[in-house]
Amino acid sequence: MAEPFNMKRYLRPELSLPFCVGCGCVNVMSSFLKAVHELGHADLNKFVLCSGIGCSAWIPSPYIMADSIHVTHGRSIPVALGVKLMRPDLNVVVFGGDGDLAGIGLSHLIHAARRNLDITVIMVNNMIYGMTGGQVAPTTPHGAKTATTPYGNFEYPLDTARLVVTAGASYVARWTTAHSEQLKEAMKKALTTRGFAFIEAASPCLTAFGRRVGFKNVSEMLRWFLDNSLSLEQASKVTEKERLNKIIVGEYVSREFPTLTDNIYQTLKGTEKIA
Amino acid sequence: MAKTVLPGTYFWQGNEACSEGAIVAGCRFFAGYPITPASEIAEHMALRLPQVGGLFVQMEDEMASLGAVIGASWTGAKAMTATSGPGFSLMQELIGYAFMTETPLIIVDVQRAGPSTGQSTKSGQGDLMQARWGPHGDYASIVLAPNSVQEMFDFTIRAFNLAEAFRTPVVVLSDEVIAHMHESLVVPPPEQIEIVNRKKPSPNDRKFFMLDDVAPMPSVGEGFNVAVTGSTHDEAGSRFTSSHIVHQFLVKTLVGKIMDHVDKIVDFEAYNIENCDVGMVSFGCTSRAFPETVELAKEKGINVGFVRLKTVWPFPEEIVKEMAQNTKMVLVPELNMRQLFYEVDRAVHGAAPVIPINKVGGGEMISPEEIVAEILRSTK
Repeated sequence: MAEPFNMKRYLRPELSLPFCVGCGCVNVMSSFLKAVHELGHADLNKFVLCSGIGCSAWIPSPYIMADSIHVTHGRSIPVALGVKLMRPDLNVVVFGGDGDLAGIGLSHLIHAARRNLDITVIMVNNMIYGMTGGQVAPTTPHGAKTATTPYGNFEYPLDTARLVVTAGASYVARWTTAHSEQLKEAMKKALTTRGFAFIEAASPCLTAFGRRVGFKNVSEMLRWFLDNSLSLEQASKVTEKERLNKIIVGEYVSREFPTLTDNIYQTLKGTEKIA
Repeated sequence: MAKTVLPGTYFWQGNEACSEGAIVAGCRFFAGYPITPASEIAEHMALRLPQVGGLFVQMEDEMASLGAVIGASWTGAKAMTATSGPGFSLMQELIGYAFMTETPLIIVDVQRAGPSTGQSTKSGQGDLMQARWGPHGDYASIVLAPNSVQEMFDFTIRAFNLAEAFRTPVVVLSDEVIAHMHESLVVPPPEQIEIVNRKKPSPNDRKFFMLDDVAPMPSVGEGFNVAVTGSTHDEAGSRFTSSHIVHQFLVKTLVGKIMDHVDKIVDFEAYNIENCDVGMVSFGCTSRAFPETVELAKEKGINVGFVRLKTVWPFPEEIVKEMAQNTKMVLVPELNMRQLFYEVDRAVHGAAPVIPINKVGGGEMISPEEIVAEILRSTK
């Protein structure tokens, strides 16, 4: 590549980032922008970034210099679908948290994977509702004390990455922000995959989660990520009980088959000029 | 290959007329979810849109449907959805988003009897207030109410024109009777149909929201790097979630851009309002009883006039007020438990007694005989 990576080049100059100290959103943002840079995009004029509600929805909106549509809680994927269907030439990327994409908006995630909609969805999984002050999420570890589980979480976390594989995605990977190189490489692969690509990035939220469950600082949380990560191969060798509350990292699936826009545009070819 | 509909006279269902009107208006994207009694619009659009270079998609629910419509609108396409009461309720949050982000789009609400699942195959007019006040917060709504198959065609075109001109969601408030009946309608030649398109920015424009005059709307992918958000924002789209000055200015702009142009939006049919002893006000299927009511009342020696609302919101209050000045009473028949009544009563402001006639459910209409009987009872 011609120029060294400079994150500011992709950001709106007049704004400063809103994230707490140590927030993983910054790492996800820089991994994404590094991936974009290494793929040779000098700017993001051919990208449309969609997001819903939550801290991670603020990664693109309005900080990244690109078209961005910041919608209501959970509905970023349908908006992305409307954009992609009418403008299949644009790169459409969704940013969202676990509450946004695996909670209130989960059905849209499943259906986008089922359709093999040619977009990339990046889920920043901080295992908590962070923006609202630390309530239990569908991804919170079993037993964790949160603002709404003062006796510990009675429920089990959703394995979103595995769900999206089953629903029919073309590319799925899970890493943590402690695996920045792997995360960036996964994003490059997701962005160049034709079809539905999903990346889950476990991400530290010291403010609303870490402090409540006993972490003193972000380094401790990142250490916990690394110590509790199992590769897909390691995970296949341990019992279900041993996998509970572990972060199973790696590339879950990478396959290519016709996308929703392929199917629509090829089938309708000849009916009339399409879009 | 079929293009937009050719000029001529057709015998169509209301929902079909709505779909063809949308295509004539330039609609090229439809996302929806099946619901009685609106499903025929989705079925017709699924067949017709690809023939004119557009796309149809059936989504997983009504929130997803309106979300996809919003995304398509930001690519520059004219886009719509169609639903009925339960789906309309689910869409409200994103309708508020469309107000806030000044996203032009059309929602056709084919009303059925509610609340809740109610009676899915029976007509109703219980969504009148929801169409005005559905989403939380402050905004001004444009809602058109067709009362014939011809108006399903005409008003759908007008709805797109108003949405594009004012950059706002527009509701076509139909009902099961108007949507499902067949009638003949005339499709005029294209040169007689007015089509309005949104104002586009010039290359150096950077203000895309909340201007006194409606702001120009860029599309994604044009290089404007537009930031669209449902949070309080400035003209460039940057979030300002603590300043009361920015929020107040934004909301006043959203309301003002509609309410300062009421004269360009409001539409109604006024019949015999200068001389009548008894006035009537209604809209949609119920207003179809008006011409026969006038005739029946004449036989009984009573001089009746009416205002039929073509736009229910903004409410045409001046004409209602005018009619009330000369009448002994104003009747408000509607298929709900008093929604239009209070709005009429507010406009009449004591100039004449306002009398409600209400019926809900079972597909029962308010007949001309029932209206005349109420007139006779009230004039005793």
